[in-house]
Amino acid sequence: MPDAGFLRRAVRDPALLRIAERVLDGDRLSFADGLTLSRSGDLTGVGRLANFVRERMHGDRTYYVRNRHINYTNVCNKHCKFCYFARSPRDGGPKPYTLSPDDVREALARCDDPDVAEIHIVGGIDPRLPYSYYLELIRAVRSARPRACIKAFTVVELVQIQNCSGRSMEHVLRELKEAGLSAVPGGGAEVLSDRVHAELHPLKLRPAEWLKTSRLVAAAGIPQYATMLYGHVETDEERVAHLIRLRELQDDTGHFLAFTPLSFHPEGTYLASLPRPTGCDDLRMVALSRLMLDNVPHVKTFWVMSSPAVSQIALHYGADDLDGTVQEYRITYEDGRLGDPRQHLASSEMVRLIEDAGREPVERDGLYRAPAA
Amino acid sequence: MSALHTILDRAMAGSRLSPDDATVLATCSDLTALGAAADAVRRRWNPEPIATYVVGRNINYTNVCWVRCRFCAFYRAPGSSDGYVLQTDEILEKIEEMVTLGGIEVLLQGGLNPRLRIEWFEGLFRAIKTRFSSAGVILHALSPAEIIYIARISRLDLKECLTRLRDAGLDSIPGGGAEVLSERVRRRISPVKDTAEEWLQCMRSAHLLGIRTTATMMYGSVDTWEDRIEHLLRLRTLQDETRGFTAFIPWSYQPDGTDLGGARTGAFEYLKTLAISRIVLDNVAHVQASWVTQGPRVAQIALGYGADDFGSTMMEENVVSSAGCTYTLPLAEIERLIRVAGYAPRRRTTQYALLEPDGPRV
Repeated sequence: MPDAGFLRRAVRDPALLRIAERVLDGDRLSFADGLTLSRSGDLTGVGRLANFVRERMHGDRTYYVRNRHINYTNVCNKHCKFCYFARSPRDGGPKPYTLSPDDVREALARCDDPDVAEIHIVGGIDPRLPYSYYLELIRAVRSARPRACIKAFTVVELVQIQNCSGRSMEHVLRELKEAGLSAVPGGGAEVLSDRVHAELHPLKLRPAEWLKTSRLVAAAGIPQYATMLYGHVETDEERVAHLIRLRELQDDTGHFLAFTPLSFHPEGTYLASLPRPTGCDDLRMVALSRLMLDNVPHVKTFWVMSSPAVSQIALHYGADDLDGTVQEYRITYEDGRLGDPRQHLASSEMVRLIEDAGREPVERDGLYRAPAA
Repeated sequence: MSALHTILDRAMAGSRLSPDDATVLATCSDLTALGAAADAVRRRWNPEPIATYVVGRNINYTNVCWVRCRFCAFYRAPGSSDGYVLQTDEILEKIEEMVTLGGIEVLLQGGLNPRLRIEWFEGLFRAIKTRFSSAGVILHALSPAEIIYIARISRLDLKECLTRLRDAGLDSIPGGGAEVLSERVRRRISPVKDTAEEWLQCMRSAHLLGIRTTATMMYGSVDTWEDRIEHLLRLRTLQDETRGFTAFIPWSYQPDGTDLGGARTGAFEYLKTLAISRIVLDNVAHVQASWVTQGPRVAQIALGYGADDFGSTMMEENVVSSAGCTYTLPLAEIERLIRVAGYAPRRRTTQYALLEPDGPRV
């Protein structure tokens, strides 16, 4: 357990001291506290508070997963302004593609890590894909990797899948689960704000629908992840409100395993003129998330978006999870590497980043269990 | 309360840490605790809510070097076909470009080239000063290894060599080539170069002649924390004596393409090393973040770990980029990073005099 006395002395901003007392007592933080944390000039102090909570929950334990991302199609009809990945069939630019279930089976057969513990599957919204495609995709992955957790289809995709199924969401979730779905990834929430929704992604489902569908995921007994894409047009208030909406839902369902703040990459998007969130912004979002989401077990730092260097530091700002080896990722790219999907950290490199930060690496599967031997 | 927190409390209260205290800090992995203590020391020296940088250009006048340091991917041995020495005209042209962009600091460093004696440097410095002194150009040039070598091949004693260089226009000396001031480390990574004592003696001589210098530490090769602490304490002792160091700049060994090889140390190790340096070096006013080796994202975070300065805009960099480290950073981005970190960006001179915020823009 960290030293509470030093925690108090090492916080420089007096406004944080009041919050420090609440954190030490284990009290829930308010919307106003969230804004104070968002705006404090003492980022190290904010980080210390978050680190205190992180160590109270997890000690030095720091999770990572041998995983593989599959982005099954970049065809999408949602036209979100923050997206580089999606191509509609009419666009120029990178070629639209759709992987068949057989393509995915082959890709996994080629995967150089046979012990991959999590397959992370997300894609665009292509209305031409039939319901059977999604079930076959899950079955193909399940047959190729019988022991891996399959984390697939954000809430946005689930709504599309339900639309093309002609059945209820309950029915669809049951069939996906039977096909092998283990968990639902957190994407698609972006920022749970009607204003941001109207400005950046009006064709995608509304915040209220995202939350409602997530309740159905919980009711189906499927664990879910949660995220927030930050660093574009959202305000401090909207960030904090997002976290509180998730926290309220989690009070009811308890089904969220982890939260990941996702650092926006403007390069190549409609919002390319915006500056990218800095390292300090990324650390603050991790810390804010850890402090506000007192009922979510894990806070993840996603190195593909924040850089391995900043993600390593985030392990002292509230994050207890470094995500995975990834291998390929087509949605955002490192600076100067736009369009190159090879984004890989070997599990040995992940262990080294964690150990070098004075933490204890714990390998997990897609549900935070020890990977199947 | 742990021994560690007692030590951090004392550092925050302004007490000098003992070698044993520093050894305890070296075992600490509570990163934000180190950061908070380093920030308290930083604020004691730099109470204004600003972070500084200098607009300047890095020029490597030669890559020919006979010393063959095992951590270096930049040098070419004398006689090598891709060795170079920049002509005076080329150097003046580079400085002209810098002046056009509003720059004032020329950081001039190179290999230990047996063909370049003191007369070459005197000629070059005088040419630079003749042409650019009205533009306020500051010559921040020649690390101790170069000065010691120039003195040796020119058959001068150190003081004479420094005096002649100063009289020719040398304003300030960069603290490169310190690596880690521990004979154990230097024997392994740069056995032919000057000893730690010679490096310190060169800086002492410069300080006594009124030439201010920076000091660096290149950690992360074969050094242990014991070596790093020895380095910091030797600098602290000399600084007590001369007060000649303007700033300290720790940076990490870049292994690609070097004879020594090995792994690159990470961001955690950097921030920890930076913070402990800031805490232990309680008599040096400024500590620089190294965006060149750590990248802009980590360098910005470093402003909360004891650094109060973003270093130079560089314009070009040839040494660590030879070893696989290739960050570049526009001036507007330096200013944005400083602002987001909570400080007002201010330009400075090599000697840390602040320039007016409405000075020449780039």
